[in-house]
Amino acid sequence: MNILSLFVLIPVLTIVAILFTNNMKQTRIVSAIGMGIQLVLAGILVYLYLAERNAGNTAAMLFYYDAVWFPTLNIHYTVGVDGISVAMIALTAIVVFAGIFASWMVDFLYREFFISLILLSSGVFGFFISLDLFTMFLFYEVAVIPMYLLIGIWGSGPKEYSAMKLTLMLMAGSALLFVAILGIYFYSAPAGSTLTFNLLEIAKNSIPIEMQRFLFPFAFVGFGILGALFPFHTWSPDGHASAPTAVSMLHAGVLMKLGGYGAFRVAIYLMPEAAHEQAWIFIILTAISVVYGAFGAIVQKDLKYINAYSSVSHCGLVLFAILMMNQTAMNGAIIQMISHGLMTALFFALIGMIYGRTHTRMINEMGGLMKVIPFLGVVYVIAGLASLGLPGLSGFVAEMTIFVGSYQHTDTFHRVATIVATSSIVITAVYILRVVGILLMGPIKNDHFLHLTDAVWYERLSTLTLLLSIAAIGMAPLWLSDMINFSLGPILEKINGVTIAVLF
Amino acid sequence: MTMRHELILASLVLIVLIIDLNLKISQKSRIIPITIILFFIHTVIGFLPAQTGILFGGMYHTDGLTILMKNILNVGVLIILMQSVNWLQKEENKEKISEFFILLLSTLTGMNFMISSGDFLMLYLGLELATIPMAALAAFTHHQTRSAEAGIKLILSSALSSGILLFGLSLIYGSTGSIYFDTVGELYSNTPLQVMAFIFFFTGMAFKISLVPFHLWTADVYEGSPVNVTSYFSVISKGASVFILIMVMFTVFHSIAYLWKDILYLIAVMTMTIGNLFALRQKNMKRFLAFSSIAQAGFLLLGILGGNKIGMTATVYFVLVYIFSNLGAFGVVSAISAKTGKESMDDYDGLYATNPKLTLLMMLSVFSLAGIPPVAGFFGKFFLFTSAASGGYYWLVFIAVLNATISLYYYLLVVKAMFINKSETPIAFFKNDMITRLSLFICAIGIFILGFWSQVYEFIDSLTFAIVN
Repeated sequence: MNILSLFVLIPVLTIVAILFTNNMKQTRIVSAIGMGIQLVLAGILVYLYLAERNAGNTAAMLFYYDAVWFPTLNIHYTVGVDGISVAMIALTAIVVFAGIFASWMVDFLYREFFISLILLSSGVFGFFISLDLFTMFLFYEVAVIPMYLLIGIWGSGPKEYSAMKLTLMLMAGSALLFVAILGIYFYSAPAGSTLTFNLLEIAKNSIPIEMQRFLFPFAFVGFGILGALFPFHTWSPDGHASAPTAVSMLHAGVLMKLGGYGAFRVAIYLMPEAAHEQAWIFIILTAISVVYGAFGAIVQKDLKYINAYSSVSHCGLVLFAILMMNQTAMNGAIIQMISHGLMTALFFALIGMIYGRTHTRMINEMGGLMKVIPFLGVVYVIAGLASLGLPGLSGFVAEMTIFVGSYQHTDTFHRVATIVATSSIVITAVYILRVVGILLMGPIKNDHFLHLTDAVWYERLSTLTLLLSIAAIGMAPLWLSDMINFSLGPILEKINGVTIAVLF
Repeated sequence: MTMRHELILASLVLIVLIIDLNLKISQKSRIIPITIILFFIHTVIGFLPAQTGILFGGMYHTDGLTILMKNILNVGVLIILMQSVNWLQKEENKEKISEFFILLLSTLTGMNFMISSGDFLMLYLGLELATIPMAALAAFTHHQTRSAEAGIKLILSSALSSGILLFGLSLIYGSTGSIYFDTVGELYSNTPLQVMAFIFFFTGMAFKISLVPFHLWTADVYEGSPVNVTSYFSVISKGASVFILIMVMFTVFHSIAYLWKDILYLIAVMTMTIGNLFALRQKNMKRFLAFSSIAQAGFLLLGILGGNKIGMTATVYFVLVYIFSNLGAFGVVSAISAKTGKESMDDYDGLYATNPKLTLLMMLSVFSLAGIPPVAGFFGKFFLFTSAASGGYYWLVFIAVLNATISLYYYLLVVKAMFINKSETPIAFFKNDMITRLSLFICAIGIFILGFWSQVYEFIDSLTFAIVN
């Protein structure tokens, strides 16, 4: 059995195992073991991948496996990974593992909760390993639907409204994506040859430019809705705020990255000419996302909303960098995906833990928590510093690479856009430091808070896993960056090795 | 035997009638297991290799495709028969049990003839044989005014639409001199008279499929009829009509394809949109499923629109998937209705807490209807939209997918009611009898397997054909 298919098989087996558990303890242990195995498998994959590359294997996709599924439509079950996918799989495994422990105390319909969560993760893993557009789309949709149940049943606040809004907007994104995929399929080969859904095969040919101009917005916006593209980001604040902790971690940390990953793997990679022509529109929109998200975070008073808007801003930055379409910027984009994924998962985990203790998410009702819950406080500060881009942590590596890469474009438009996006660093610093100040420092606002307990073992496990990953990337990014750079090679060849008419 | 399906069905009707004449009133319910077992045998025999050929000088033809279509309908009817056992054993129905079976099997015979027709007269014969007993089925619980009203509405509207269809057929005969499909197909052209004839014919068929603007009878008839009759209407009657429509459009009216493609485009958009918009507000589960099935019929038109082989394959495949999904949903509605008489979505609040298995099946069926992976409905919708895209209709596909998203909203309302809404008085836990559970289990298996098991789609594809040129 291909190692990659295990990434989908193990979650399914875990779900089946959960059906046989009898009480909360067994369910949690089974989930933790299942996702622990997944995490170990991700580590093995990274090791094997690096070993293959060091041995001199220069194929575009490794661990390739292909099986025909629907011969008449040429739909296959095709899997394969390159450096970027491996990094994303590792991210997902870490966040899911942390998420299981962050949900340790869920007791209402706990079996269904863990089943939905793991089903969600299986969709995400499947998306990252797929190389066939049909299979990719199938897993993409699998990853959307459990969100409705997860937010609607276990959420808080206006959960039904948020769940419905999130599900419908993301499905509308799928609708756009569907049209794009069908369009790509019918132009995937020159007239007379067999059509194919295989990503690599389609990339060898060139889709006619008129169809590209029509399909590129569909594909980019389709993925962009998930990646918090302005003005389609409105599902995000309510959705993340109403969701339970692990769901927010998984969604902001991983699912939103599906949008960024899909945008470059499908939209830009397969339709580079149209991407070059139309990039300026989306650069403007993503620059607005970045700044608007950051400003939005400043005025929020609810911790989860602050983090949700912050996610809009950082995911907008990912799309912004991808649109720059040069080596440095795209490298930065992928590091940002991983870095932000870990950071936002960490933030949501912390917020969940703080809420579990103080029963409020409003920052002006809390204060001086550093004295009472020092472990959580310190982790929160470090997470905040990572978010605003302090060197030594992953946020700096990502943002630095992105802005240097974006500035490499010598024309005015790109440079102005880069400067606008860079201003987000300052705005991010404002809301991060302000929250840290109000929340953790200063006098304790409520006497009940004097008796709060600090983090327990599963909370420490969850937060430390994420924190150490952030620090590792921040201090030694070379292994990650090299892995990504090598795989960016063929992609950039396709994107930039074309003569195009650029508008700016 | 070339006419195997129809002959066995007709004999079945007679057997049921004769057995029923010999039963005392207190023993009437013994006919149920007999009928179901006999029909099961009929379904199995249907899958055995059959003789294909042409009979009655071309009026009747069977080939692999028509046999497949009849088998699909048989499976659907088998599930419906199993689901209706609960309801038939109730006090008010105890004396009418065999009438139900006789009427149902008669309409199925009519549909079989319709699918196998080689000329317009046989088609009309089959159509009428299918329609008239259905009106009686709609009025089955005639002492309830809703049911009697449903029967009257159905027979009157059917009579009108059949009349229009027949008028169209007479014009076709008048202008081409023949009623045989092959001959008419060769002679057909776009003179105004023939175009009008086509429009009348299409209207008659569109009525059966509940396309907009011929859908106005649907909601009231579906709501008034007993639940199992409604499931028969929404799945078998619609499926058979779609089968015959696509076959006739591809073989007979291929020469004016450029005309009817535009008509279908417009009707598809209207049907999907209006079906969805009206379904948003429904609270009665039968009405809700009625409007959802109108929207699904709109999706089916996309398969016919492409005019290509993949279109016909996708249409047949979608009907098969639709049968399992819709019967899953109707099965749950039927089980709850038979036990408690409750048919409103508000009564479904908090159902998961009391009846988790029923709720899960309802969720699966509803997701399949909405087109969510990994269940079969996703594959059905994907292939249907692919066939439309292959004809170049990208904007139509976009409208269709947007409509699928809108439909997701009202399907999620059902999920929301069952899982998320809390209720003081949820429907209490009840165990279904063996046969109902078996039928629900078959629906669940079908919903899961039909998508992933690509052999089903490939088999259908081996039998279909593109629009004749």
